[in-house]
Amino acid sequence: MPAETTTGADVLAAVPHEPGAPKPDPIVVVDGMRKTFGGLVAVDVDHLEIQRGVITALIGPNGAGKTTFFNLLTGFDRPDTGHAVFDGKEIDGYRPYQLAGLGMVRTFQLTKSLTKLSVIENMKLGAKGQLGERFLPSLVTPLWRRQEREIEERAMELLRRFQLDHMRDEYAGTLSGGQRKLLEMARALMVEPKLIMLDEPMAGVNPALTQSLLEHVKRLPTEEGATVVFVEHDMDVVRDISDWVVVMAEGQIIAEGPHSSIGQNQAVIDAYLGAHHDAPLDADQEEEWLREDRLELGDVPPRREEP
Amino acid sequence: MTGIDWGFILNQTLARSLDLNAAVYALAAVGLNVHFGYAGLLNFGQVGFVAVGAYGMGLAITLWQTGPFVAVLMGIGFAVVFALLLGIPTLRLRADYLAIVTIAAAEIVRLLARSTALRDVTRGAEGLNEFIGPFRELNPFNPSLLYGIGPFQYRGSQFFAIVIGWVVTLITLLLVWQLMRSPWGRVVKAIREDEDAARALGKNAYWYKLQALILGGVIGGLAGMVLAIGNATIQPDFFVAPLTFFFWLVLILGGVGRVWSPVVGSVIFWALITFMRNLGRALVTEGLIPTSIMDTSQIDQIQFWIVGIALALLMVFRPQGIFGSREEMALDAR
Repeated sequence: MPAETTTGADVLAAVPHEPGAPKPDPIVVVDGMRKTFGGLVAVDVDHLEIQRGVITALIGPNGAGKTTFFNLLTGFDRPDTGHAVFDGKEIDGYRPYQLAGLGMVRTFQLTKSLTKLSVIENMKLGAKGQLGERFLPSLVTPLWRRQEREIEERAMELLRRFQLDHMRDEYAGTLSGGQRKLLEMARALMVEPKLIMLDEPMAGVNPALTQSLLEHVKRLPTEEGATVVFVEHDMDVVRDISDWVVVMAEGQIIAEGPHSSIGQNQAVIDAYLGAHHDAPLDADQEEEWLREDRLELGDVPPRREEP
Repeated sequence: MTGIDWGFILNQTLARSLDLNAAVYALAAVGLNVHFGYAGLLNFGQVGFVAVGAYGMGLAITLWQTGPFVAVLMGIGFAVVFALLLGIPTLRLRADYLAIVTIAAAEIVRLLARSTALRDVTRGAEGLNEFIGPFRELNPFNPSLLYGIGPFQYRGSQFFAIVIGWVVTLITLLLVWQLMRSPWGRVVKAIREDEDAARALGKNAYWYKLQALILGGVIGGLAGMVLAIGNATIQPDFFVAPLTFFFWLVLILGGVGRVWSPVVGSVIFWALITFMRNLGRALVTEGLIPTSIMDTSQIDQIQFWIVGIALALLMVFRPQGIFGSREEMALDAR
C-alpha cells in the first residue's frame, strides 16, 4: 500500500490543536449551539469548524452528545439556541430534506434500509431532482423515463463499486447487517453530497466487511469530492481513516487535533477515564467525596492517607 | 319440503358479488390501500371520506343547484378539504395520531350531518334525496328493465350506478398502478418503510403523506358518490364507524399493498356474505336448522360470525391476504 497521502493532513497542518480552532476552508461552522433535555445539557458547543474535503471523526464517551449534535446539524432535532452555517449558507431552522437538497446527507446508527423496496429502488430513491417524484408528472411515464434510466445507470455503477450489484433486485430486508451499511452509504452517495455524515458506520458490521467499508469511506473525499464527518467508538477505525478528530464530552468540544495528538491530551484522558483516575486525594478531598456520596458501585475507593 | 334451492343461492351470490355495494366497498378500500398499503397511514375513519364525498355532491345540487358534473367536483373538493383538516395537524406527529383523529372525525361528520342545527342544510336524519334528479336524467338505461347477463342482472335504475362504480374503480386502479410504479410511488413506499431515511435523502415526507392522504380520501369520496347515486339517497346513519372496518376487512382479505386486491377482497366479501345469508335462510325455512336454535331474523348476525371466522382462518393460513406477498410479510419479522 502506498503511504498515507491524504491531502487532509497537509491542509490541517497549520491548524492549532485546540477546541474551536479555525480551519482554512470550513464547510460547516457552528456557533453557540445548545440543546437541553429537561435539566440535562446534551449539547453545548461554543464554536466548531469542519474542514472541507477531509475526514473528521467525532468521538467521545457514551452520552457525550455526539448523536444529538448530529441530529441538530442535520435538522432532525432543533437546538435551543445556536447558529450553523453550511457551505456558506445559514441553515438555522432548515428541515432534513432541505439540508439534503443543499448536499448534506446523513446515515443512521441503526441502519435504515427500506426493507420492502429492492436494493436498486433503495438506490434510486436517493437521486435528487426527479421529475417523476412530482404527482402530476409521475402519471406520464415518458416525462420521467429517460431520467429514470440515467439514475439507474448511476445507481448500478455505485452498486458495482460497493459490490452489491448482484443483489440489485433483492429486497433490502434480505441483506446482512454489513451489506445494509454498504447500501446505506451507497444510497447516500446517490444524493451527490458535499458533506456526508456517518453515525457509527462500523457498528454491527462483521470484521470481514469492516476493511472494505473503511476503504470506501477513505475514498469518499478524493473520488466523490465529499467531506466526511463520522461518529465512531472504535479507536482503530478512527486512527485508520480520520484526518482530524473532534472529541466531545458532556456536550462540549473538549479537544481537537489529528489522532496522534488526541491520545496524549489530558482533557481527553480525563473525559474517558474520569478526572481523578489516579491522582491521590488528600484527606479533605476524600471527606468531600464520601460526604457527597460520589462513589458508585465498582469504583475503587480513594486511597486512604494518614495525616 | 322442497329442498335447498342451490341454483337460487348461487345466483344471488354471483349477482351480489358485482353489485353496487361491492363496487363501493372496493373503491373505499382502494383509498385505504393508498393510505395504509402504500403510504403506511393508519386511517380508521375512511367512512368519513365516503360521507364527505356523498354530502359534497348532494349539497352541491340541493343547496347550490349545480349540474351533476360540478356536483361531483364539489364532492372531490369536500374530500380534499377533509383530508387537509385531518392531515395538516397530525402528519408531522407519530402515525397513531392520525388514527385517533380519523376515527373521531368520521363520527363528527356523521353527527354533524344528522344534527338539528344543520337541519336546513343536510335535512338531519332524513338525509338528502332531491339531488338524484340530474343523475336520473343522465341514466341511459330504462329504469324498469333488467340489464346484464346470466346471474348478473340488475334493474336499470341501479345498473347505471353499478356501471359508473366499476368504471370509476377501474380508472382509479389504473391511476394507483401508474403512481406506484413511478418515482412518486417509490417515495411514498419509502416513507412507509422509514420516514427518517426518506427525509435524510431529501424527501419532504410530510408533503408526500399529505398527498397520499388526499388521494386516498378522494377515492373514498368517489365511493360515497357512487353509493349516493345508486341508492338515490344520502342517509347520515349509513356512515357509521363499523363501515370503516368492513373496508379494512376487504383490504386485508385481498392483500395489503397490491393494486388489485381491494377489488378481489370486495367481491369475495360480498359473495361470502350473500352466500351465508341465503344458505342460512334456506336451512331455517327448510327446517334443517330447528327454530329453537336459530330463526331467520338471526341470520344477519350469524353471517358476520362466519365472516369473522373466515378472516381469522385467513390470518392463520395466509396472513398476507389473497394477493399479498409472503416474502414481504416475512421481512417484517426480521
